[in-house]
Amino acid sequence: MSNIGSYDERIKNFDWSLAEKELDYKDGDTFNIGWYCSDRICEQGKANKLALIWEGLGGVEKRYTFNDVRVRSNTIGHFLKGLGIKNEDRVCLFMDKIPELYIGFLGVLKIGAVAQPLFSAFGDESLHVRLDNAQTTAIITQRKHVGKVRKILDQMPYLKHIIIVDHDGKKELKEREMVFSMDEAAPVEKFEIFPTKAESPSVLHYTSGTTGQPKGVKHVHYSLISQYLTTKWVLDLQDNDIYWCTADPGWVTGTSYGIIGPWSLGITQCVLDTGFGAEPWYKFIEKNKISMWYSAPTAIRSLMKAGDEVVTQHDLSSLRHLASVGEPLNAEAVIWSEKVFGLPFYDTYWQTETGSMMISNYPGMKVKPGSMGKTFPGITGVILDPDTFEEINEPNKPGLIGFKPDWPAMMRMYWRNEETYQKKFKNGWYMSGDRSTIDMDGYYWFVGRDDDVINTGGHLVSPFEVESALLEHEAVAESAVVAKPDDVNMEVVKAFVTLNKGYEASDELELKIMNFIRKKLSPLAMPQEIEYLDTLPKTRSGKIMRRLLHAKEWGEEIGDTSTLEDDAPRMI
Amino acid sequence: MEEMKDIILEYVIEEYLEDEDEVLTYDTPLISGGIVDSFSMVSLKRFLELKYAISIPDDKASPEAFDTVNSIVDLVNEFVGKK
Repeated sequence: MSNIGSYDERIKNFDWSLAEKELDYKDGDTFNIGWYCSDRICEQGKANKLALIWEGLGGVEKRYTFNDVRVRSNTIGHFLKGLGIKNEDRVCLFMDKIPELYIGFLGVLKIGAVAQPLFSAFGDESLHVRLDNAQTTAIITQRKHVGKVRKILDQMPYLKHIIIVDHDGKKELKEREMVFSMDEAAPVEKFEIFPTKAESPSVLHYTSGTTGQPKGVKHVHYSLISQYLTTKWVLDLQDNDIYWCTADPGWVTGTSYGIIGPWSLGITQCVLDTGFGAEPWYKFIEKNKISMWYSAPTAIRSLMKAGDEVVTQHDLSSLRHLASVGEPLNAEAVIWSEKVFGLPFYDTYWQTETGSMMISNYPGMKVKPGSMGKTFPGITGVILDPDTFEEINEPNKPGLIGFKPDWPAMMRMYWRNEETYQKKFKNGWYMSGDRSTIDMDGYYWFVGRDDDVINTGGHLVSPFEVESALLEHEAVAESAVVAKPDDVNMEVVKAFVTLNKGYEASDELELKIMNFIRKKLSPLAMPQEIEYLDTLPKTRSGKIMRRLLHAKEWGEEIGDTSTLEDDAPRMI
Repeated sequence: MEEMKDIILEYVIEEYLEDEDEVLTYDTPLISGGIVDSFSMVSLKRFLELKYAISIPDDKASPEAFDTVNSIVDLVNEFVGKK
């Protein structure tokens, strides 16, 4: 029997107080995710149950019980408090998927500070803009990433502490750096958790938009209510499950469903801290007898490419439920997974801003391959006219997805960016920025983005951020960045550039520019292709018409070109 | 042969290795080891194509084929002189 039972029954008279009751929360109580994910589980008699099975390079394995997680998160919290870090200070977690990231996240929350996880592959510039916006007080990182912090340290007077979790003593520490070893520090059995309330800030995740710098999405401790219930009903996690969420906690899936969701339910989860590979992934499932697997379409399509034979070489009979998130899951991938695993991947849809799942497929509900599913109980979703923002009630007519902003995990603000935050709401609806249709049965079908943001492998990349970084390369005079279709990643970054005098277009220069962006921003922001143009298409007022370049890449109609500059390139 | 191995190893160290204390060998897992991710693999492929004047079809540029310097050398040798 699935946790949700009947979807149709659940949507009748739904109230979030159901989750509040299960979590023993009453209005006005203290409410701390760090406590819910460790201490409470121990109090429920699961102190010795495994919370984390971690595997790193070369098969190195570490295991932590819920009591280990409780004590170690206390220990980290105690250490941070000793540094003078206070509630609501921002503490960045800049690490690979190592145990210190998962347990440190809870430690930060336990002192009432705001956890700011950032993807460890970010280059120094990406790191800087995010730390600068958050005015981050401390960063917890690894030896291998500290070089990126040192590079930008002079520009960050607010960053007081750089905590290295794996210092081996071989190299001298520099200004503001210190060492903390989670497994070797004196364990703190009893720790006074900061009395955060439901509306106290908890997590600050950064996401990209079409224009401007990345936005810091502020969530609060109360987000647990919907993260807990969606984990229970959509991922269907049950007490004896072994769970694997492949997402990196540098992104919202990795925290909402890679830490908070499973641990608030007292579930054992596995983490594989190595790169992608079909063989090691299947081996990991087989070895750990993983029963619930939450992954992403890009990974699923890569597994499809690796072929069916490698699947048959492993015993994957432990799997009982699969789900996916990040970008639309194509019907072929759902059909393939049914063929090779005997189970379909259940698509889920949500965003950094929403904090928890909004539209999903549910155990027991018919899966229509290619559809995002239906709204989670308690979520009011609509399709809106792009011009009037009025509701479209006609089935299968595309429009903008809007949600009534009243669920617990909804973002509370964009950090220091009220103007952009306000723009996310029209006629009382939260505008997701995605387009969709709803069919006769109430299933949502993704149509596309409503802006120029690039969704590559489930991660959003801002064309503006890449264009700005391109202009910092000595050879580049002008730049325009668009999405290009891609079989595996759905979209990849493509750049169009004009060159400064003295530089000639060449393949060698293209590679140099690609690597420049990769190191400055991140591998996923790196253009996978750069096209040289003599001039970029612009309006008469000088604005680059990214729309035309996008249409060219997607083979779409280019639409109205009446504002195009007379000498615009004829490549369109 | 050795020269190609060394050139590729040196390029990977120079371009992709973040942990300067980590020792890379010809058999160190690059993709499954998380040193080169699938996005960065595109730039590594581009480097090989330029350096050795070859064209590697996308279906041959698998994570497995790019997983170690040794496997990359095997892949490159398949295409050298065939462009």
